[in-house]
Amino acid sequence: MKKILASVIVAAILISMAFSLSGCGEEQVVLNVFNWGEYIDESLLDEFEKQTGIKINYKTYDTNETMLAKLEAGGSSYDVVFPSDYAVSEMIRKDMLLPLDFENIPNYKYVDERLKNLEYDPENKYSVPYFWGTIGILYNKNMVDDPVDTWDILWNPKYAGQILMKKDVRDAMGASLKRLGYSMNSTNDEELKQAQQALLEQKKIVTGYYGDEIKDMIANGDAAMGLTYSGDFMDLYWDESADFSHIGFGIPKEGTNLWFDCMVIPKSCKHKKEAEMFINFMLDPEISYQNSIAVGYTSPNVEALNRIRQEMPEVFELPAFWPDDSILENSDVYVDLGDYKSVYNQLWTEVLVD
Amino acid sequence: MKKAVVRIYMGLIFLFLYAPIITLIAFSFNKSKSRGQWGGFTLDWYAELFKDRLITEALYYTILIAVLATLISTIVGTISAIGIHYMRGFSKNLVLNINNLPVLNPDIVTGVALMTLFISAGMKLGFVTMLIAHVLFCIPYVILAVLPKLRQLNRHIAEAAMDLGATPGYALRKVILPEIRPGIVSGALMAFTLSIDDFVISFFTAGNEVSNLSILIYSMAKRGVKPSINALSTLMFVTVVILLLIINKKSEKGEELLL
Repeated sequence: MKKILASVIVAAILISMAFSLSGCGEEQVVLNVFNWGEYIDESLLDEFEKQTGIKINYKTYDTNETMLAKLEAGGSSYDVVFPSDYAVSEMIRKDMLLPLDFENIPNYKYVDERLKNLEYDPENKYSVPYFWGTIGILYNKNMVDDPVDTWDILWNPKYAGQILMKKDVRDAMGASLKRLGYSMNSTNDEELKQAQQALLEQKKIVTGYYGDEIKDMIANGDAAMGLTYSGDFMDLYWDESADFSHIGFGIPKEGTNLWFDCMVIPKSCKHKKEAEMFINFMLDPEISYQNSIAVGYTSPNVEALNRIRQEMPEVFELPAFWPDDSILENSDVYVDLGDYKSVYNQLWTEVLVD
Repeated sequence: MKKAVVRIYMGLIFLFLYAPIITLIAFSFNKSKSRGQWGGFTLDWYAELFKDRLITEALYYTILIAVLATLISTIVGTISAIGIHYMRGFSKNLVLNINNLPVLNPDIVTGVALMTLFISAGMKLGFVTMLIAHVLFCIPYVILAVLPKLRQLNRHIAEAAMDLGATPGYALRKVILPEIRPGIVSGALMAFTLSIDDFVISFFTAGNEVSNLSILIYSMAKRGVKPSINALSTLMFVTVVILLLIINKKSEKGEELLL
């Protein structure tokens, strides 16, 4: 008994030591990449490792807030992370990012010019777009007979009890603001008050406020329409095993939110050059094409898009994949609201608890 | 009549308990990624499961951490329980209450506290910190599982053994440990399940090096949980059922009781 106990303890200690040593004894560069869950073609990681000999330690997170919390806590270093637009500007404001050396990222030239120098990173010093899209209205064509091209349809009493709203302060308040003709980044108390009033009004006909379940609820016919990301529609569109041809996605003509998930290098980065190599790799037209097909979201890479357009022109008919230029012009990218965020939160909480 | 009511009631309870698992198993064979649509039968998710480097890595760490944390916490917990059992009066109550604290404490507090401790001690968050955290939150449960068995133990048995010439160590190994073995085993099982289950504490102490299954599954919230996870959960469920069947079979045969 004693012997067994002793050997078990020794084995446990040895195994855990082996693990802690493997971290520092190695000479090989290990790149710590931190991305959203299910947001990359994983075979590309192997491909990058094969091409460069750099090992990738790939970890995932669920929200920008989780990622920010982990980075701010310290205790471990990350080399490449993928924050969304407003999180990029928050990270810039908090001085958490390293400026990119674009000499090492020549493939940046393939990025759509319209998607450069946006509000969240005005001089485009810190970030490179990874995927982008819009928010809009996912709907069931069998249950909705009006054209889905305006925010007003989410306020139409005809569909009372069949409307799902996104349980997200920026998206819900943003939709309401845009419907009234204001900016989604409004910091005008009066405009926000009106937007809140409209949401309170809308609450009478809304089925409920949900997160990522909206996609499945609409696909199952539990509700006629709901506010979601363009990516949710693309997920259904690419699902070959079930027929989702009765599901549509409309972007309101008043304009919407343009979202970007970007690649950035945080200050805790230990291998900046290799991190830039990775970013450059992801922007390669061939790689970007493969990734866009696998994930199903719109790439910012012009060359990759051209190839998709040739092979699958029908995808470009989908507003969820390729919104009209006019929509792009009317739309806003979320900017970090700083302290004003609390005003939004307050008004939104009042809507939820009303 | 009464029997029928009892049966129906039992059936409903079992349905309530197992409906989620049955749904999950069914959907692991669903061709469609959607959680509501049936797209036909497939085994693809099982094949994909073993090709997925993130899932296999997370599974490896989940099991390795659970096994090590169970071993260490069971040994430490059992020794502590024996120590606590022979304490008396105020100090015993004090130690018992201190032991209960981590059980009652919300995970998030434990997680953040541990993370702060590790970082302020200059430790790199990773495998070792996560293992320490798991050992730490498992120990109180082992102690709580072992203590009742010690209370049932006739304290004169050990004294009798020593009267008859056994050294204290020999009495511990040959008399006390076999008597409290069921408590140790249930403590170990509890520790193992808790370790596999844990998300919150792991999340704060894992750093960038390792991630376990719950962290990985949680991070899939944005795109929806991959059906491979249903396949993995099905395999884990089936493994547990088989293990339980073997244990029951053994005890039926009158062989050594495990539980």
